[in-house]
Amino acid sequence: MDTRLEVNKTYKLYVGGRFSRSESGRSYAVSGPTGGFLANAARASRKDLRDAVVAARKVAGSWAGLSAYNRGQVLYRVAEMMEARRDELIDEVSAAEGGEGASQQVEEAVDCWVYYAGWTDKISQVTGALNPVAGPYFNLTAPEPIGIIGIVAPETGSLLGLVERLAPALCGGNAVVLACSQAHPHPAIALAECLHTSDVPAGVVNLLTGFKDELVPVLASHGDVDALDVSGVAPDTAADVEAAAASNVKRIVRPGPRLGPYEVTAFMEMKTVWHPKGA
Amino acid sequence: MTSPVWDYAPAPESSDVVSLRDTYGLYIGGRFVEPASGSYFKTINPATEEVLAAVPEASTEDVDAGVVAAQEGLERWTSAGAPARGKYLFRIARIMQERSRELAVLETMNGGKPIRESRDVDIPLAAAHFFYYAGWADKLEYAFAARRVEPVGVCAQIIPWNFPLLMLAWKIAPALAAGNTVVLKPAETTPLTALLFAEICEQAALPAGVVNIVTGGPETGTALVAHPRVDKVAFTGSTEVGKGIQRALAGTGTRLTLELGGKAANIVFEDASLDQAIEGVVNGIFFNQGHVCCAGSRLLVQEPVAERLLSKLKRRLETLRLGDPLDKNTDIGAINSRAQLERIQNLVGIGVEEGAELYQVDCELPARGFWFPPTVFTGVSQSHRIAREEIFGPVLSVMSFRTESEAVARANNTPYGLSAGVWTEKGSRILWMADRLRAGVVWANTFNRFDPASPFGGYKESGFGREGGRHGLEPYVRLS
Repeated sequence: MDTRLEVNKTYKLYVGGRFSRSESGRSYAVSGPTGGFLANAARASRKDLRDAVVAARKVAGSWAGLSAYNRGQVLYRVAEMMEARRDELIDEVSAAEGGEGASQQVEEAVDCWVYYAGWTDKISQVTGALNPVAGPYFNLTAPEPIGIIGIVAPETGSLLGLVERLAPALCGGNAVVLACSQAHPHPAIALAECLHTSDVPAGVVNLLTGFKDELVPVLASHGDVDALDVSGVAPDTAADVEAAAASNVKRIVRPGPRLGPYEVTAFMEMKTVWHPKGA
Repeated sequence: MTSPVWDYAPAPESSDVVSLRDTYGLYIGGRFVEPASGSYFKTINPATEEVLAAVPEASTEDVDAGVVAAQEGLERWTSAGAPARGKYLFRIARIMQERSRELAVLETMNGGKPIRESRDVDIPLAAAHFFYYAGWADKLEYAFAARRVEPVGVCAQIIPWNFPLLMLAWKIAPALAAGNTVVLKPAETTPLTALLFAEICEQAALPAGVVNIVTGGPETGTALVAHPRVDKVAFTGSTEVGKGIQRALAGTGTRLTLELGGKAANIVFEDASLDQAIEGVVNGIFFNQGHVCCAGSRLLVQEPVAERLLSKLKRRLETLRLGDPLDKNTDIGAINSRAQLERIQNLVGIGVEEGAELYQVDCELPARGFWFPPTVFTGVSQSHRIAREEIFGPVLSVMSFRTESEAVARANNTPYGLSAGVWTEKGSRILWMADRLRAGVVWANTFNRFDPASPFGGYKESGFGREGGRHGLEPYVRLS
């Protein structure tokens, strides 16, 4: 008997809660850590990206309208799903970036979701304020979701680097269109499978694999994207990308310390409400 | 009285989801143990007076074992680290959600509250409380700026019988999130969901000694409070007992928070949406048979609408269904105990003697168990005992007022200060009133709302300290 021949996975995009190939029908070859062929990845087109923004906008309102407690439970559910697929995720990360540190990367990614699950209903308590204005007014400031966040994922840390940007954006109640690591896109698609089996509504997270020089300019200049996380933007293109983002005054988000509430408020707007007091 | 056009068919919730043991142990050091005292007491279903189980009467020796176990648990809990402490609490929250129906049915059987309330309010809120504080465990530095945050140590927690599991959650969740360990004493009449919670701790593989449950009566509570190795006491219950605890701890340096009685005013202005206000007033005083420390037991209504409100209120009361707490259509369940029923009967008798006008819904009370019909007193004056004392039952005292200032003066004219309700369509008036009401919680155009993210607690003789929200962490941390 021959040894059993493995069935290889086709890696697709994750847009609007569906796993689809690029509308362009294109893919690109991805190498493993030793340089050999690993697998193909879908090469998303500009059209795929625009479709992803439409999908995100469709669900952004209802996702932002969930109670903070509900959103916390959804994020926690992602951690539960990832923990259950821990071995698979470790395999994906190892295949992409090598075995060293792979399990740590996966464990920290799971814990990152747990961490931000705990922030959903505390972020306004820590960063909001009752402002003592000089007049008979009740004056309150509290954070609100921005809307749609474009995230350019870092090239390395194929899973953790991505999760550390994605989780705080979701924690803040936003929908996300994310350009994955070009060199190591496959762990992101494995993550999409976890998201898909958790309680994250379709369209809240859209993951595109492909060429950054093709996707990022479109993401940066898209009129319906409200903020851009530039974690994975190559330094030599940063100026152009940020200039394109100015077209609709996108907030530019740069990663700060690994974990913390200000990683969430970077993806939020502060709203102040005035109301008179008087009998 | 208008008779209903049709009756509701019985819709009893099945109790076979609950499996009771004949005899329970104390939960100490991660194990159920027999009490050194060797003595047990019976816990009953107040709706039927049927015995549910025998529960240990913890002696001073048993309490000591609990405190020692909690002290040993402290080391294990500290070394687990903050992120892991959070993860344990998340686990507990999830298991409570998984076992929610079982907890709800048991809560109703042991306490007499309608299944609709235990299913839709008590248990979901208890689980949410654990979920909320789970998230704080590794974020304490954000709650207390520029301070080093450490746990207080061993916390002795004594809870009442009106919301047994929810009060347990209010006590245990913030304590554990801040790195403390606890010895909790559930109320004498409602120990069973706390003991089921001990099983949940086991399923969550919580380190031994982090949560310890000792059952018993007032003597058990006294022994727990007085234990020299307790670092913090948290008590929810009557103002009388609370004062006793404050005296007992005087000079010891033991930290203390008290959540005590109330005599909240629900203030209805003439411009309020009256139908909405009626629902809030009914919910305010008849929710959980009025066994609620923040119950809206005084209704202050602005004169122009007083008569109309009262007639609407009476009509609404006639639609309340009193009876089997396990029936999903029941609004008013059983009074928690014979002693509480006698206290309510006594105070209502005094109300009549003092000259207030009694209105009671003409409903049939079940033959067995402890019951009291929804009751409204009109013609109440401030000097009446029913206007001043906490009745802790389904009894509403109605008074009227003319101006905002008069409403504030009347509402604040009580030694208590737990909550208040304001009903008006005018936002600026809500905020003006909120500034002047001496109460820890002010509800506007709603009443009896609770959320883990929202601090709760009283002014004046309603106690001190807050439970819930970021502020609910404060009693459980040592800052330096």
